[in-house]
Amino acid sequence: MLSPTLDRIIGSRRRRARRHVLVVAILLVFVIVIFVLTLSLGQSFTRPGDVVRVLLGENVPGASFAVGQLRLPRAVLAMLAGLSFGLGGAAFQIMLRNPLASPDIIGISWGASAAAVFAIVVLSLKGSIVSIFAVGGGMGIALLVYALSSRNGAAGTRLILVGIGVSAMLESFIAYILSQAPAWTLQEAVRWLTGSVNGAQLGQALPLLMAFAVFGALLLSRTRDLEALRLGDDTAAALGIDVARTRIMIIVTAVGMIATATAVTGPIAFVAFLSGPIAARIVGNRGSLLIPSALIGATLVLSGDYVGQFLLPSRYPVGVVTGALGAPYLMFLIVRANRTGSSL
Amino acid sequence: MAGLLALLAALLALSCTVGTRDVGWADIIAALGGRIDSIGQAAVSVRIPRTLLGLLAGAALGLAGAVMQGVTRNPLADPGILGVNMGASLAVVVGVAWFNIASAAAYIWTAVFGAACAAIFVYVIGSLGRGGATPLKLALAGAATSVAFSSMVLAVVLPRNDIAGGILSWQIGGVGGATFERILPVLPFLAAGFAVSLLSARKLNSLALGDETAAGLGERVAAARAVAALGAILLCGATTAICGPIGFIGLIVPHLCRVLVGVDHRWLLPFSALSGACLLLTADVVGRIIARPAELDVGIVTALVGAPFFIWIVRRQRVREL
Repeated sequence: MLSPTLDRIIGSRRRRARRHVLVVAILLVFVIVIFVLTLSLGQSFTRPGDVVRVLLGENVPGASFAVGQLRLPRAVLAMLAGLSFGLGGAAFQIMLRNPLASPDIIGISWGASAAAVFAIVVLSLKGSIVSIFAVGGGMGIALLVYALSSRNGAAGTRLILVGIGVSAMLESFIAYILSQAPAWTLQEAVRWLTGSVNGAQLGQALPLLMAFAVFGALLLSRTRDLEALRLGDDTAAALGIDVARTRIMIIVTAVGMIATATAVTGPIAFVAFLSGPIAARIVGNRGSLLIPSALIGATLVLSGDYVGQFLLPSRYPVGVVTGALGAPYLMFLIVRANRTGSSL
Repeated sequence: MAGLLALLAALLALSCTVGTRDVGWADIIAALGGRIDSIGQAAVSVRIPRTLLGLLAGAALGLAGAVMQGVTRNPLADPGILGVNMGASLAVVVGVAWFNIASAAAYIWTAVFGAACAAIFVYVIGSLGRGGATPLKLALAGAATSVAFSSMVLAVVLPRNDIAGGILSWQIGGVGGATFERILPVLPFLAAGFAVSLLSARKLNSLALGDETAAGLGERVAAARAVAALGAILLCGATTAICGPIGFIGLIVPHLCRVLVGVDHRWLLPFSALSGACLLLTADVVGRIIARPAELDVGIVTALVGAPFFIWIVRRQRVREL
């Protein structure tokens, strides 16, 4: 017979777990609704029933082209990129215990973007080999930033400042390569500087999907260890977790998926940075932030792309929209940290 | 000082002589005399205004950086990192795209206005709350503002194919394509900026002792800050209006000069101006040499050199100060 206290603890844990599942389910439904909405809304309206029929492979006159050729690749890419950015960003933020330590602020997305641009413009490469370059670039920058900032103690703030410096350098490197490109078009430049899903093709989605599936599964299998890292490295070690190995695992998987996504869509501004904190607002302390963050990331990119395409006076790539959204939030974060006097 | 002046003179000469086209000494001397009979002489006569602009812009950015580091008492202050240059460039882009500004004077006023708004905005955000404007908060607020502004620049420019190409290449920052006609209208602004900045050296020395001590010495702290910052903003805004946003010169130069002449602003400010000119001219000459036959814009060279320097400063600072 269990004591009533134990009963209460178990009960509250179950309630928390149930609520977490509920939140995840609601977010999932939300993403699916937005996904279908972006498929049916556009220059012309397509009924959701027709959208589903197109998705099932039927040939619907008047809808097959608009939905199947134009909107579907775009929406699929936006969703996958959003999932990758959201999940990878949240993993970094949790691991380093700092919302500012997201890959787009500490330069990792820029590294991936710079490597992708280099591969495409200078080496004239195409396809999945570009993704490999991007992953290499992202990983290299992650190592560089980590090595440059790791010295006894308080690596957090230094990591962020070093990241800002590295980002500035990579950004001008990208600007230089693009200015040297033989046929440098504005759209391409924008893609590699702020991120865009313009000109999406369904074929590009496959490497993204594979990377997300593999790296995502590996990362999610470490959820428990990651949650323990939240309590601090020492506590996590005391709980029996191999901190160094967990850390390497998380860096490799998170950088892997973010870099693969960046190789296709460019570094969509601030999605990796925003998803985690928004998810934290919704989920609270009821459970892991990883899956909710991924879903929030998908929501951000899907809706940002829709807003950029149709709701503004002229068409903007998604990165411009999320960039305009994310910068005020970053400032809010700085102001709030200043007010409470807590360290960033 | 004499050494620096000699270096500057050498760089000026180098900047006039080195370029994509090799030009013989006879042509160079003839071109300096105002003749443009051969292609070589014509090439050199294009390099002269460019060199002059490099000299002015470098001096302005170096001085502005030294003043900003003094005003904010922050080793990471730089017109680029704090988003001031980006503010100037956003204002210019908005002016060009929406209000059809075309005259050089309008460009410069708009840029100075944008620089001032950005500087105030970043400083307020970075210094709210306890602890005041720490390097981390200011750098972050500046980086966030820069990202926001560059998003807005893209948002303004993208629908306008007619101006997009020009603005995006101006955004990189460079001194190529300078002419005397373009430099002339900016001179009064730069002169005012130089005068205000150099005259506030003594005030910056008091501020360096800390606000309370400065107030105790009879300095009106807020007014001193505002005046010195105004000088820096004039310099940054005017420079950005013609060259585009060039980063990191204002960051590197004051640190180097502090090693050379110490922390007295009466020496530091003029030295920063001279070294800034040297650095920008060097960056420009290097940019012309390493990417032959193309050219590397100054903004890119300074970022590639300056960012590692930024990281070095971050690493050197003790944790407590961060």
